Amino acid sequence: MDIKKPAMSGTLESCDCQVTVEPGSGGVDLTLESVVINQYGNAIRQVTMSTLENLGIEDVRITIIDKGALDCTIKARIEGAVFRSVEQFDNIPWGGAVRE
Amino acid sequence: MNDNKKRLRRTMMFLNAQSPGLIRDPYIYKADSLMFDLEDAVAERQKDAARFSIYHALKRIDYRGCERVVRINGLDTKYWKEDVRCVVAGGCDAIRIPKTERAEQVKVVEAAVLAAEQEFGIPEGRTLIMAAIESARGVIKALDICEASERLFGIALSGGDYTKDLQTAITGTGIELMGARQNMIIAARAAGVQCFDTVYTDLDDMEGFRNDVKTIHLMGFDGKSIINPRQIPIVHEIFTPAEKAVVFAEKVVREIEDKASKGIGVFTVDGKMIDIAFYDGAKRTIALAKAAGTYKGEL
Repeated sequence: MDIKKPAMSGTLESCDCQVTVEPGSGGVDLTLESVVINQYGNAIRQVTMSTLENLGIEDVRITIIDKGALDCTIKARIEGAVFRSVEQFDNIPWGGAVRE
Repeated sequence: MNDNKKRLRRTMMFLNAQSPGLIRDPYIYKADSLMFDLEDAVAERQKDAARFSIYHALKRIDYRGCERVVRINGLDTKYWKEDVRCVVAGGCDAIRIPKTERAEQVKVVEAAVLAAEQEFGIPEGRTLIMAAIESARGVIKALDICEASERLFGIALSGGDYTKDLQTAITGTGIELMGARQNMIIAARAAGVQCFDTVYTDLDDMEGFRNDVKTIHLMGFDGKSIINPRQIPIVHEIFTPAEKAVVFAEKVVREIEDKASKGIGVFTVDGKMIDIAFYDGAKRTIALAKAAGTYKGEL
């Protein structure tokens, strides 16, 4: 899957995160800001990379502003931003590219 | 039949499926059912994001025995079909159809649920359905709706939209809801499904809420929709049988079973005439007491 245009998902409310994706310039370029970066920074990076891998995305500039989101929320916001960037709102591959 | 069809549902707590802070641990409040909302609570431009949110929540979060129901968008929108695919794939326990007015609408959702179960490898028949009735026409058609699908476990009144359709308003007295409530509980009982009352939105009037719950309990409803955790203990208290009623119910069940084996159909328990017609009610009283943790007997 290729990122087609900039897109965003999520909010800056507590327990949520805001994810922005833009077309990359070769590889995954992750910018992470988190209220719990010292405790969970690596875990958030891992979740981000595995979610992008599931979606087959290798070229993206992704920015995450985390407000203490659970892993499942981070995944949901990344997927939300990615599918918005390709304007796909139906026939989502639940259990396929979108999975735990 | 799906074993969950008749499970205890005294309280159904509404939660915005798009709000991570709300859906991460609502089980702590011990509602019998959680109602994740993809419809009115989610803004039009967030419908897509809410699906990813609820899909992963259903997959990942252990809701510790609370039933997980999802209210999908209306059948007059472009959203509902993908809602069904999403939440069936996520493994929800049941789907709530909003604005139900005809049996055909239940059948349409039933077909979509079956297709989704087949697509995602979910056991066929696992996902239940309930129908929200929100209009005068829906109330009139309640029995048809109740009998539309083997998956349908119950119907629920949505008082806000119903009173608008009736050209009245929620007053807090329940007068405006009287006809719908009575019609719906009769239809549900005739069809052998459950019936749930509408939300009580004035959180500053807990006495009014308590009176409202007492009314629907006496009318025979199985439970009530809830919008705040503070409402849960009140409903559970009112729906928990008194000790005296449980003791009597236990005697009734034991006596009916004993007398039936001796060929006796009518007899007395504590001076009251009893026959087989009392059996189901007594069993239900014990089941409610068990669910509330107040009955530790052997029945």
